[in-house]
Amino acid sequence: MSLLDVKNLVVEFPNRHGVLRAIDDISFSIAPGEILGVVGESGAGKSLTGASIIGLLEPPGRVSSGEIWLEGQRIDNLPYEEMRKVRGRRIGAIFQDPLTSLNPLYSVGRQLIETILTHLPVSHQEARKRAIDLLKDTGISAAEQRIEHYPHQFSGGMRQRVVIALALAAEPQLIVADEPTTALDVSIQAQIITLLKTICKKRGAAVMLITHDMGVIAETCDRVAVMYAGRIAEIGPVNAVINHSAHPYTTGLMGCIPDMSEDRERLHQINGSMPRLNAIPAGCAFNPRCERVFERCYQERPDLFPAGPTEAACWLHAGGGSKNEVGGVAA
Amino acid sequence: MNEQDATVNPVSDKTPPLVRATDLAKTFDVSPPWLNRVIERQPRLLLHAVDGVSFDIQRGQTLALVGESGCGKSTVARLLVGLHAPTRGGLQFDGVDAHAAFKTSEGRHLRRRIQMIFQDPYASLNPRWRVNDIIAEPLREHGIENAPAALRERVDALLLSVGLSPQDRIKYPHQFSGGQRQRISIARALATSPDFLVCDEPTSALDVSVQAQVLNIMKDLQREQGLTYLFISHNLAVVRHVSDQVGVMYLGRLVEIAEKHVLFDSPRHPYTRMLLDAIPKMHDTGRARTPVSGEVPNPLNPPAGCAFNPRCPHANERCRNERPDLVSAGRVRVACHAVAEGRI
Repeated sequence: MSLLDVKNLVVEFPNRHGVLRAIDDISFSIAPGEILGVVGESGAGKSLTGASIIGLLEPPGRVSSGEIWLEGQRIDNLPYEEMRKVRGRRIGAIFQDPLTSLNPLYSVGRQLIETILTHLPVSHQEARKRAIDLLKDTGISAAEQRIEHYPHQFSGGMRQRVVIALALAAEPQLIVADEPTTALDVSIQAQIITLLKTICKKRGAAVMLITHDMGVIAETCDRVAVMYAGRIAEIGPVNAVINHSAHPYTTGLMGCIPDMSEDRERLHQINGSMPRLNAIPAGCAFNPRCERVFERCYQERPDLFPAGPTEAACWLHAGGGSKNEVGGVAA
Repeated sequence: MNEQDATVNPVSDKTPPLVRATDLAKTFDVSPPWLNRVIERQPRLLLHAVDGVSFDIQRGQTLALVGESGCGKSTVARLLVGLHAPTRGGLQFDGVDAHAAFKTSEGRHLRRRIQMIFQDPYASLNPRWRVNDIIAEPLREHGIENAPAALRERVDALLLSVGLSPQDRIKYPHQFSGGQRQRISIARALATSPDFLVCDEPTSALDVSVQAQVLNIMKDLQREQGLTYLFISHNLAVVRHVSDQVGVMYLGRLVEIAEKHVLFDSPRHPYTRMLLDAIPKMHDTGRARTPVSGEVPNPLNPPAGCAFNPRCPHANERCRNERPDLVSAGRVRVACHAVAEGRI
């Protein structure tokens, strides 16, 4: 049984000109202990997907239809107080900027202990011991002393370690990590990704890793969902999506990324940019930028079709993956 | 210094480089106010943002500088365009001492030939100006074009050269996406027909598909107009794509500089190796790696000896006491005792 099930999720933002549909009917699931990557460009709806799962959608944004199930319990319609208990206890969250996710006025120890005491039935003494262990686990040396320190006394990478410790404090089954390494330097990014991967494996927590960095996804995730204009363009095992992508957008995206192992005079480019929410084209949202567009793409919107090892929302694969030759576009 | 340059740039004895930085250094005074210093008996606090950097850039080539936050890349960029005056060292542009010239009436002419593209396309364009005014400003400022009709023609041509349409002239920056704004920045930088463009992280704020568009435009323009670039980035894959030569910086100093293929195929300095190893590899899914521990030290209080020694697996007593100079080692210049002694 899957740990998290998202079924036909729709997120909308009403404004005075009408209703903007930021996430348009997406469904996916995460198995226990699995790392699911969610990639896409700015405005694809990756962060909103994460925010809807942890119940932190900023009004006026709202889940207007669809369901989110965590271990057989529906969580998208829980009252605020109930959701507060789920958040932290069963779903942990890691955000991009470690400085804004920590309270600058409290020592990191106090923040950790507070989180543990809120969610777990332990004494203050035990909570403190747990907090120190967590800091040690996340690779903070001299945890007994560092626990008294305030966030500003930590460097960026160390702060992100503290945030990871906070997210894991109540031993949640799922961590939603929204761009956890974007604000960090490459060498620190490598440390944090390795830490996130090993610590979640060790504790059996599943991770939904939201990022725009395909390299991080390739190295960390089991499966990956590629999002475009509020929908999932392609979803499948990470190796298949990267090396044998079925959706022209995924293929184009791969070709855009400068590769360390080969020399190219020009990068493959996807012309144009992601459509605005109030001007999403009819049919497939990718059709104005697609190189393999045909009649049907302008009229009907494709659902996810099986395309070899992955699933792609593309009419090329409506027949069951017989035209799975898009891989050549990037060359 | 010149003999060493010759090994890296075999052509440098034939054609003089367009840009030559010699022992360039910039120190910022970050001391607390005078009264605090007196009362709390604190010494002056100096931040050596750039500490003795030397390099040549040949005409029509791209030198990329890479390094982590706080290593002084952007300060080098600002020194090169004259936004900072160097504390020490000099900059020769086409055989002229640039920083001396910036102070005289000659400077105006020189500034016309050196332009800069900034990182954040949202902050570097005036939101109250139309694209037309933004791109025409350098033309008016330098007195290149004043007649309205000719000005209009130039702006249209510039917009076309970066893949925008002449109709975009009357729009405001907020009507464009990030990638399009960066194109406007490029058009503005190209308005004065410069020889040398300093690009400070031009694509870091952009999505990958848009980054590819901007990088392609920059390469096309270089080919068409023979531009010389200093390209600053922390993204090694991007650097590998655009550059001819690569310099790696760490805490204000160049630790390794070499021709692109030499640097990426056989990195010598342990820091360069670490940076290359830290990049996630796309087609190598699920690879486990052993990241180098530690972080960049506080530049206000850098370690003695080689600045990288606390994180370096090859550090020994000498590395902790004596600062290595940038010396030739084969086809690269590298600042490392271990490489010089043949330990790695």
